[in-house]
Amino acid sequence: MISVAKRIDVSGLSAYYGAHLAIEDISMTVEPRSVTAFIGPSGCGKSTFLRTLNRMHEVVPGGRVEGKVLLDDENLYGAGVDPVTVRRTVGMVFQRPNPFPTMSIYDNVAAGLRLNGVAKRKAELDALVEKSLKGANLWNEVKDRLGKPGAGLSGGQQQRLCIARAIAVEPQVLLMDEPCSALDPISTLAVEDLIGELKERFTIVIVTHNMQQAARVSDRTAFFNLAAVGKPGKLVEIDETQRIFSNPSVQATEDYISGRFG
Amino acid sequence: MSQSVTSQSAAKPSQFGRRRLPRWTPAVIALVAVLVGTGVGVGAGLSSHIQWGLIALLLFVVVNYAVTAAVEGPRQAKDRVVTSLVWACFIIAVVPLYSLVESTIAKGVKVLDGNFLTHSMDGVITTGPGGGVYHALVGTVEQVALASLMAVPIGLLTAVYLVEYGRGRLAKAVTFFVDVMTGVPSIVAGLFVLSFWILILGFGYSGFAGSLALAILMIPVVVRSTEEMLKLVPNELREASLALGVPKWRTIIKVVLPTSIGGITTGVMLAVARITGETAPVLLLVFGNQLINFNPFSGAQSSLPYYVYEQYAAGNPASYDRAWAAALVLIAFVMILNLVARGIARWKAPTSSGR
Repeated sequence: MISVAKRIDVSGLSAYYGAHLAIEDISMTVEPRSVTAFIGPSGCGKSTFLRTLNRMHEVVPGGRVEGKVLLDDENLYGAGVDPVTVRRTVGMVFQRPNPFPTMSIYDNVAAGLRLNGVAKRKAELDALVEKSLKGANLWNEVKDRLGKPGAGLSGGQQQRLCIARAIAVEPQVLLMDEPCSALDPISTLAVEDLIGELKERFTIVIVTHNMQQAARVSDRTAFFNLAAVGKPGKLVEIDETQRIFSNPSVQATEDYISGRFG
Repeated sequence: MSQSVTSQSAAKPSQFGRRRLPRWTPAVIALVAVLVGTGVGVGAGLSSHIQWGLIALLLFVVVNYAVTAAVEGPRQAKDRVVTSLVWACFIIAVVPLYSLVESTIAKGVKVLDGNFLTHSMDGVITTGPGGGVYHALVGTVEQVALASLMAVPIGLLTAVYLVEYGRGRLAKAVTFFVDVMTGVPSIVAGLFVLSFWILILGFGYSGFAGSLALAILMIPVVVRSTEEMLKLVPNELREASLALGVPKWRTIIKVVLPTSIGGITTGVMLAVARITGETAPVLLLVFGNQLINFNPFSGAQSSLPYYVYEQYAAGNPASYDRAWAAALVLIAFVMILNLVARGIARWKAPTSSGR
């Protein structure tokens, strides 16, 4: 049951918080079955842009989006599109690990299906939980205590639990908003290895502040920047990761990567 | 090695060391202060024990400050003074509570027995002994249960609306009216139901009429406490659930409410405790009754606080005993409810470490 990874085409996308324009006129293509990394200084709108890709942006009061996001030719912002269905197709992992505190490890992984009211047989659910936890490289660590609370795991394990929870609903795209920023180097390595495996099945977009991480895990890298504080963030360029880090076509990218600003 | 270090530091005071009073100093000062306070009280012939206590307290604070300031320095002295003030306030707050519970138990156990809990006042002469609280207990349980059945769903849903959906004017208006309702005196709620339910709509006195007024008193408390609890649920959990493609209403039911159920239960139980002791609405709407009436929807009932009032008003030794015993039953009832709520809260609370 390999998920069908999808291509994302964004054109002319702007996002607002109330009257404030957060990101302006972004167009890019995210290739299927690859890892695309977003880098850029704080406040440049990387996370906001990421959240527009599964319609989580509008969850924030006053959040609103203009432009088009095509997921294999279907506009996520088209009339009659249900954001709930979009979010089932485009999963998300957050910066801070956020397992549901009232639920066991097992229930956390099964949450996506249970909360959606999808009725499954116990055996089917067991298999799915095992598959998702294996997919998140967590199975061996937790298989003997699936009934224990998810909040009792270490930070790195919690984050992998959240990844398992996200892939359990079989999304086609997985968005990751700085998934390693709250983790120690060893857990980070575990999550990065996992990303390398997951890209066989999913289209992955990852926001990161860690340039080395972008260089290590991603196939393509997009650099975002903003003219000044309070100005909207913009996409500066997107290219093969290797090119961005060796020979970017825009001077600002080179300055940022080499640490001359930001 | 470690020993040489210790002896060295003993010989030469370290940079951070300072002279310290022994740990038992405050206790000794307190003891001396109490003795002196008692001595002065007896010597000067002060009849009020409260005055003795105040003298002892003042003496304790002053001596404690002076001794600490002399030995340890001004900062530590201030610390001691504030600490002793906090303790003094705590004791002052606890003394009336202790005295209340103590005298209620002492006077209440006289007639409190199985017979008292299982019999009504049917055929009992108020000036004579005997009789019981059963009819009032039945009334209280039914009225409080009915009020909770009305107020808890309304309060919960209002709080969910305010926290999860409410934006703009309507939410502000609701918040404002909830605040206003918090300040409504119980007699006013009782009068409102009296004029609306009994005088305009023409229903008779009943337990249900009383529970309507109790529900009015209960709703704002439930809304307020639930609102605070829902606000404590981290937004990340809502987003995590939404990002899984879970609709908002399911997110609220399956993630937000379970996460905060412990606190919500406590809040609801506090509200229940508050209305259980209300007398005024019962006086106006339930009318009071000497007999057992199981039907809260028709006919007068009694209730525990009303029964206490009624027995006290009867004004003879036997009825005083019954009033105290009923007061004890009332306190025990509320306390048991609170303990149950604590138990539920602890049992349901999210566990952060479950290793």
